Amino acid sequence: MTKPLLQIDNLHVTFSTRRGPVEAVRGVSLSLAPGETLGIVGESGSGKSVTGFAVTRLLDPAGKISAGRILFRDREITKMSNASLREMHGSAMAMIFQNPRGALNPIRAIGAQIADAILAHRKISAEAARGEALDLLRAVQIRDPEKRMSAYPHELSGGMCQRVMIAMAISSNPSLLIADEPTTGLDVTTQKVVMDLLANIAAERGMATILITHDLGLAARYCRRVVVMEQGKLVEQAEALTLFRAPNHPYTKRLVAASPTATSRVEDLVTGEENLLAAVPAAPLPTPVHGTPPLLDVKNLVKRFDDGTVALKSFSMVMAAGESVGLVGESGSGKSTTSRMICRLLDQSEGTINFNGESIGHLPARDFHRAPQRRDIQIVFQDPNESLNPRFTAFDCIAHPLMRLAGMRNGDALRQRVRECASRVGLPSDLLERFPHQLSGGQKARIGIARAIACRPRLLVLDEPTAALDVSVQAVVLQLLDRLRREDGLAFLFVSHDLNVVRMMCQRTIVLRNGAIVEEGESHALFDNPQTAYTRELVEAVPNIELTPVAAAG
Amino acid sequence: MSSATFQHAAFILRGNPITGIAAVGAALLTVLAIFGLWIVPYDPIASDVAHALMPPSAAHWAGTDQLGRDVFSRIIVAAQLDLAIALSAVGISFVLGAVIGALCGYSGGRLDRAVGRFVDVLMAFPLFVLAMAMVAALGNRVENIVIATAIINLPFYIRFARAEVNVRRNLGWVEAARASGESHVSVVLRFLLPNVLPAMVVQMSLNLGWAIINAAGLSFIGLGVKAPTPEWGIMVAEGARFISTGKWWLVAFPGLALMLAVLCFNLLGDGLRDILDPRQRT
Repeated sequence: MTKPLLQIDNLHVTFSTRRGPVEAVRGVSLSLAPGETLGIVGESGSGKSVTGFAVTRLLDPAGKISAGRILFRDREITKMSNASLREMHGSAMAMIFQNPRGALNPIRAIGAQIADAILAHRKISAEAARGEALDLLRAVQIRDPEKRMSAYPHELSGGMCQRVMIAMAISSNPSLLIADEPTTGLDVTTQKVVMDLLANIAAERGMATILITHDLGLAARYCRRVVVMEQGKLVEQAEALTLFRAPNHPYTKRLVAASPTATSRVEDLVTGEENLLAAVPAAPLPTPVHGTPPLLDVKNLVKRFDDGTVALKSFSMVMAAGESVGLVGESGSGKSTTSRMICRLLDQSEGTINFNGESIGHLPARDFHRAPQRRDIQIVFQDPNESLNPRFTAFDCIAHPLMRLAGMRNGDALRQRVRECASRVGLPSDLLERFPHQLSGGQKARIGIARAIACRPRLLVLDEPTAALDVSVQAVVLQLLDRLRREDGLAFLFVSHDLNVVRMMCQRTIVLRNGAIVEEGESHALFDNPQTAYTRELVEAVPNIELTPVAAAG
Repeated sequence: MSSATFQHAAFILRGNPITGIAAVGAALLTVLAIFGLWIVPYDPIASDVAHALMPPSAAHWAGTDQLGRDVFSRIIVAAQLDLAIALSAVGISFVLGAVIGALCGYSGGRLDRAVGRFVDVLMAFPLFVLAMAMVAALGNRVENIVIATAIINLPFYIRFARAEVNVRRNLGWVEAARASGESHVSVVLRFLLPNVLPAMVVQMSLNLGWAIINAAGLSFIGLGVKAPTPEWGIMVAEGARFISTGKWWLVAFPGLALMLAVLCFNLLGDGLRDILDPRQRT
């Protein structure tokens, strides 16, 4: 066996906080051979990023390596002086982060920034550095590299910015690259391009890579070996395929089950007693009654903003009561704009919206709060952390629509009803007195759902309801939503960028791109056999656990 | 205020005793402002020429002025007027500024642009000169000091409220309030404003010190409050005439009172921010 490039022995990292020391990493040991690709997967708080930062010694000042050692090329990083550390950062080890735009200097052209990175570690002329920067831009496949040299970060897309970051990271030919959630926040097609590029570069240069991610599919596709972390501990490590096909540790099993794939069903997401659907017999999906008007009938919806940008070119859809329709698309496709207009939180520029046979599209959004249909159309928002009023308790949040829309007054009936809603979403009633900042992300998501269903709406618009949640929490929330839908005969308009989630949750799917419908149809048929090139590209870009690793050869 | 709030306040005060001291100072100042007239040893207006310009002594802790009035008593009694002017001025600009700023920040568009330009124009003037001009034009009265101080403060509150509301207007919970049946106006007044209030109270407390200086400054240059009314600004102004002859106490003690009052409110403002922000409560 070759000598390991990186060897971590029993690493402990402790953070000092107001409530005393907190151990973020508790005894992690792993090793990495030169040129190897290792994935570290785990949910938030698992310590995966902290481990990465500890290796580069870029830990937050509050964090400290309290025990263990890290050997990099047989040198102990934990005891290195700052000077040799700086030298190592430039030449041997590089790191790229989530949110590439934030990591770039907004007032300096990208060519100059790459040249700076080169000049920081090597004594060459500014001219030569610029030349190398240009070569690097070519290496990361940026179109028109000569022109892009003088572009500023805000002129580039998120995917482009991440390529610039990669260019800077490889500028000194490091032997180890640590990528911390490098594609989180990027669209799925962009993610594929960036990850393919990263994998190719790593393979070409024989660079070892540590990919830190929450996305099991991504790790499966791009890493040969994967370690799973939970609460600061390493619970399992194995070859990617072995790990995901036959997980050993209960946590890995849960994580694998919770990660939606092309074939998963909502019922299977959660294993064991937390499974909501096993206990409740799944009511059959309601069949539309002929002769009644559709629940939602949208025709030729157009949205132009004041500055002249067209967010939605033309959008029409029909939805039956109790049906679930997915709206997928990448950023800028107009899916959020569409959902806001159907919810009457935003006015359309043109087009009609009929709800249950009555026009609601002619009511301006500013007056819709008085319309009788307000309680019938409710919405669940994307980020649970931002969707609750910081000054409302959980109880106030759920009671608010009941008081405003159902005319309930403060009293026993209201308390009863709020408790009922809370129990339907699985929120313990002793949490009702808490403020949002005292609740976890999953609990906040439940409150957001309880609030939306409190008035028994007929149409629920879900705007990326689980995008900000960990997979295991997402699994529970998706099950909950599916159960509520079946029980109440709710119709869902499910807005998401996650194709696997939409395929599982929705009977029909509409694919949006640049404000226009590309394709629509029955979900499984649409994803299994896409008719347009764009949908095919989308489907292929989704990293799935089942796939054999395409680019892990390295 | 729930008991949790008090517990949190106690926690903050333990970690930051200066806030506690500032709070005690501000409370003391308020007590003096309310009861000053009854607890001072001498009548602040009665002159006693026989004892004019006496240095500080056991009988007159801060000495006496050119008319033999007790400086210490006058400083205490002056707290009432100075605090009343500052509080009402800050109160007016706070209420108006918060509502106008919140509406602008939420609606954007034409209203926001119009108010924004008006605020720009107002801020283009040297603010103290603007206040002087207003008092001079409106008449040399205490009410007009209040109005002038309120108007020159208004831009800060409008901008502050506007910015705070603007970053929140597209958050999920604001849209959720609308989906729950609230109109735009009630979203602004009942949802957004309470959320920016803590930050604005901090601003208010910091501003209070500034308003005291402003009122004293106007009196110092002879606008607004007139002698013989005890007021820190006038006392400093009158005392300044005697400083060249070594009668330092006429300026030093009212100046010290002014400084301590401003310091108290500034420190209190910092402490209040920690207490009122619910995100820092655990």
